[in-house]
Amino acid sequence: MDTAVFKGGKIMAGKRKEKDNDISAGGSRAISKFHISDIVIILIIGILSLTCLLPFWHVAVKSISSNAAVAAKSVYLWPVDITWDAYRSIIEDGSMTHSMIYSVEVTAIFTLLGMIVCTCAAYPLSRKRLKGRTVITFLLMIPMYFSAGNLPTYLLYSDLHLLNNMWVLILPLIYSAYNMLIMKNFFISNIPDELEESAFLDGATNFQILFKIVLPLSKPILATLTLFYAVGRWNAYGDNMYYIRDNSLKMAQYKLYEMILNAQEAASTALTEATNVTSTPEVLQAASVMFVTVPIIIIYPFVQKYFVKGTMVGAVKG
Amino acid sequence: MGKGSKEAVAKAKPQVKTSWKKAFKRDWQLYLLLIFPLAMVFIFNYAAYPGLRMVFMNYKVMKGYSGSQWVGMKNFVDLFTGPSSARFLMALKNSIVFNLLDLALGFPMPIILAVMLNELRFPKYKKVTQTILYLPHFLSWAVIGSIALTMFRTNTGLINMTFTSFGWIEQGIPFLTEKFHWAATYLLIGVWQGMGWGSILYLAAITGISGDLYEAAMIDGASRWQRIWHITLPGIRPTIVTLLIMNLGRLMGSNLERLVALDNALVRDFQYQLAVYIYDYGFSGQHYSIGTAANLFQSLVGLAMVLIADRVAKALGETGLL
Repeated sequence: MDTAVFKGGKIMAGKRKEKDNDISAGGSRAISKFHISDIVIILIIGILSLTCLLPFWHVAVKSISSNAAVAAKSVYLWPVDITWDAYRSIIEDGSMTHSMIYSVEVTAIFTLLGMIVCTCAAYPLSRKRLKGRTVITFLLMIPMYFSAGNLPTYLLYSDLHLLNNMWVLILPLIYSAYNMLIMKNFFISNIPDELEESAFLDGATNFQILFKIVLPLSKPILATLTLFYAVGRWNAYGDNMYYIRDNSLKMAQYKLYEMILNAQEAASTALTEATNVTSTPEVLQAASVMFVTVPIIIIYPFVQKYFVKGTMVGAVKG
Repeated sequence: MGKGSKEAVAKAKPQVKTSWKKAFKRDWQLYLLLIFPLAMVFIFNYAAYPGLRMVFMNYKVMKGYSGSQWVGMKNFVDLFTGPSSARFLMALKNSIVFNLLDLALGFPMPIILAVMLNELRFPKYKKVTQTILYLPHFLSWAVIGSIALTMFRTNTGLINMTFTSFGWIEQGIPFLTEKFHWAATYLLIGVWQGMGWGSILYLAAITGISGDLYEAAMIDGASRWQRIWHITLPGIRPTIVTLLIMNLGRLMGSNLERLVALDNALVRDFQYQLAVYIYDYGFSGQHYSIGTAANLFQSLVGLAMVLIADRVAKALGETGLL
């Protein structure tokens, strides 16, 4: 898939200042006369935030309302006839629970291997003294700019016996040039060469420096990239479409996609008056959306404080 | 190594050319680490490049690379003039039109948002709204597609339900089932999904602008608008240019997941873009060679766009990307 192609590495953000992100550089902390424009900005930001929150809230509310209430169009922003039936039937059915467990498994392995391979690339390449650094960096960057395309890749994976195999969802994407760049830039700008140099003189090996000095100092970037890897894998299903046929090997998002595919077709065919497409009941669909999104909602607040900082740091040209 | 360099070595870090032998002796552990990522790109990326030769073949799955016939440039000619060219041309046109619209609507939005967030007075409010605004970036397209159905369905979507119950409209608006409405919905969802996350990089750039500039401007009595126009925007200009160049590279590519998540039979005229063409015609329809030719065309145009944009930016005195 061409997920890696989309972002170039060097995003310049000017010179970063070590400063709390809360304090804006703007005039907001200067003189405190309240203008109409302040109210307008607060309102616009508020409305935009609501557009991000309300749809999700509506889906959550729908998922615990009764089928009848939803069909009667009486569910807006508050649940009607609260029932957990939809969730119960998802769990009883087993197929969605199975793909959830499977997706967690795939995501966990993917994230672990991804972080390892990313560190393996980023740390050596962040050391300026490394001989051959330019060539190796170049070799590791080309795939980001140019991929062979989906079909030759598909045939390659077929030769590698990876089709319809859990590992096709893991191995091809664990190395991401984009994530590597972020991590490398972090190492370059946050781990002073002197620190490493002095450890080197004290007789520490490269591995010891990496594990005892560099990684402990890099928690924000490790947290950020863990989130990127995990969310990226959890949410992607384009590769499922190409490489996976067995139902038991499909990830939860792909299952959800198949579900809305039916609903979409039902919505459009209802208009063209072909009625033989059965739609998933809306409540069930809403519950499924909540089901596959909950893991993200759970981890999101914990890593949130890291990722803004991590992204900013990594984005500064190293 | 010159004579004078000895002093430099003693003073600064050893920037001297080391022999490979020495480098390996000192850094073999680093090279060992690099084997893993290098193996990954060679096995999963570089190994696929030879497969590109199928664009000059009439590739048949049964016959494989060795048994399929060489046809020269025929696939590229067929893309534009062959019997199935109508599909490709439609996909090409849709890709270009929708990506241009995506760019026109989606590119300025994060900038505007970042500037507004920067002007916000209450840190708490700013923090909470930022957290909320980043959220759509973390939702999959399957989830977004499903939420879109819930919001925009003609009969039972929340928006149409609300509008009808207020008596503003008689009949539901076909947000997802009439192609022009769909186009607007598709584009707005794209903007909505990307705006919060896109603003992070600009906010980072704004943090880098010296606070002194703003204070001086305040003392000189500059209005908010003048501060934004003369300090904030020039301060983030390099970031804007860099991101614009990168976005131009995506002018041909589109996101398959986004397109299929918002797909239905009534809007195929617009939804059929290159990513869908490659999946639907190339992959599912087993037109491997012609699908790959389209794919190659797409990535080469993307690459060319980036290079051209980079040149233009540099010619205009910007830093550029490469």
